[in-house]
Amino acid sequence: MAVLIYIEQEAGGIKKSSLEAVSYGRTLADSLGTSALAVGLGPISTEEWTKVGKAGAVKGIHVADERLSAGIIQAHASAIADVFSYVDADILVLAKSSLGDAVAARLSVKLQAGLVSNVAALPDLSEGFTVKRSIFTGKAFAFTAIKTVKKILAIKKNILDIREEDHDLVVEVRQSSLGEEVFSAKITGMQKAEGQVSLPEADIVVSGGRGLKGPENWNLIEDLARELGAATGCSKPVSDLNWRPHHEHVGQTGIKVSPTLYVAVGISGAIQHLAGVNSSKKILVINKDPEAPFFKAADYGIVGDAFEVLPKLTDAVKAIK
Amino acid sequence: MKILVCITHVPDTTSRIQFTDNNTTFDQTGVQYVIGPYDDYALARAVELRDQTSGKLTVLNVGDAASDPTLRKALAIGADEAVRIDTVPKDSFYVARQIAHFVEENDFDLILMGRESSDFNGGMVHGMVGELLGLPSISPVMKLEIDGKTAKLSREIEGGKEELEAPLPLIVGCQEPIAEWKIPNMRGIMSARTKPLLVKEPLSEQSHAEVVSYELPPAKGAVRLFTTDQVDDLVKLLKNEANVL
Ligand SMILES: Cc1cc2nc3c(=O)[nH]c(=O)nc-3n(C[C@H](O)[C@H](O)[C@H](O)COP(=O)(O)OP(=O)(O)OC[C@H]3O[C@@H](n4cnc5c(N)ncnc54)[C@H](O)[C@@H]3O)c2cc1C
Repeated sequence: MAVLIYIEQEAGGIKKSSLEAVSYGRTLADSLGTSALAVGLGPISTEEWTKVGKAGAVKGIHVADERLSAGIIQAHASAIADVFSYVDADILVLAKSSLGDAVAARLSVKLQAGLVSNVAALPDLSEGFTVKRSIFTGKAFAFTAIKTVKKILAIKKNILDIREEDHDLVVEVRQSSLGEEVFSAKITGMQKAEGQVSLPEADIVVSGGRGLKGPENWNLIEDLARELGAATGCSKPVSDLNWRPHHEHVGQTGIKVSPTLYVAVGISGAIQHLAGVNSSKKILVINKDPEAPFFKAADYGIVGDAFEVLPKLTDAVKAIK
Repeated sequence: MKILVCITHVPDTTSRIQFTDNNTTFDQTGVQYVIGPYDDYALARAVELRDQTSGKLTVLNVGDAASDPTLRKALAIGADEAVRIDTVPKDSFYVARQIAHFVEENDFDLILMGRESSDFNGGMVHGMVGELLGLPSISPVMKLEIDGKTAKLSREIEGGKEELEAPLPLIVGCQEPIAEWKIPNMRGIMSARTKPLLVKEPLSEQSHAEVVSYELPPAKGAVRLFTTDQVDDLVKLLKNEANVL
């Protein structure tokens, strides 16, 4: 009857969104009167497991199979399914991500478990099991009743605080029994921006639009992002024009972010861009046009020329730290 | 090569989202329906691959007759035939079962769809179909080349991309820049009228989940505006009042 949480790593550490999932799973387990266990695949250090314990897991199941360090969807799904039945779990919780979504979908079929993605709050257990999820790219919510005994919840980032429990986590190593057939897709290469926080994981995001005039001006965005410890994003035309890589494109057809602060510079605020940022806690818009639609969706605004505002803003942030 | 593209029939991205009947029904008043933007990328790439391999391209929608104009548009863009499984899509699992069943009966080399629908944003159907059929499923894919019986793909990951190779048959969830959206031309629109649009009976299947009600997010408060000379005040406020720095 346990709650199992699938944790993912990024750059050798457990993702912040996965720690949020652990805390979500723990809170849910408490209200169901059961325990929260975490499952991790591939190499994970003891130090990282400690963070998982602090976030609320009482036990870790570690499938240390080296082959799982690559995110092969079918293989991850099979490994999780094995652990799910081994610990006799009823609910799987994970953080929404490029890999997590794909793995969850396969697991839903394997486990005969109703899957709800984009989960925005803890479930309502008063009558059955009803989950609030975000739909229409953040423009609305749907309360969804899951009818199956087994359930999978893929949660959005930044919907709850990470817990700080004071106990040691027990980690059990589980041997992998995966056959070669689940590794039929092969990863042949990878390109990843090193040493910086990725866009979906970031607490602060600074995005630039066509108002920045060209890729040569992105140092202004990057300087501010560095001072804020933020990830950088952009609007669709900016990535279409190859000013910035595609994985920075935010919006309806790009990455959906839900940071604590979203800073939009020289972006008009088209509805398709807003769709990707509307679950940010606070939005700051910098635009020289006071009529730019983005101001209607913003908490704070600076009406001014980005080329003047950005250096000043970067200095002001530096000064206050 | 036989290619299947599964498309959704969804509100245009500029639609105003509202609900009626005490927040239990999506309000369709004034809503324009389109091919899901991600499915549109999948379709565009499928047309290119079909042309390269002189294969056959089928588009499939699980939906009621309201989807027919959307399927006709896919035919105008370049699909050879359209199939509609005549039912109201209940949830992702229900839809995935219908698609998997259709694939079992018809054998495709490649099954493409969008990475997610733009209405419910589940992003689950490709993975479920893959699991139901015991085939690999890869998403979100930004580049797809076919080399004999092998697909070469590039998949978006947080902060970068991954290159992969996988055997056909294969399920792929697509996103940009896999191909550029195609706009139907006059010849396409004319020929779409005579291309086949087949309607099939659904498989009887239970759904896993059901929507009980909807809600709109709370309205945003008014924006607080600052001039270029007040940047310091703004930063103090972000730190001390909004607690976001
Ligand atoms: C189906 C569909 C899906 C889409 N998906 C997305 C998506 O996912 N993400 C996305 O972003 N877009 C998406 N779009 C495109 C979207 O409609 C807009 O075209 C796009 O967001 C505009 O980008 P922008 O704001 O950078 O450029 P523009 O609209 O050109 O706006 C530039 C802004 O910069 C301001 N500006 C100019 N100079 C300065 C200056 N010196 N200082 C300060 N401000 C300045 C201007 O006032 C203007 O507001 C989609 C469109 C469609 C049809």
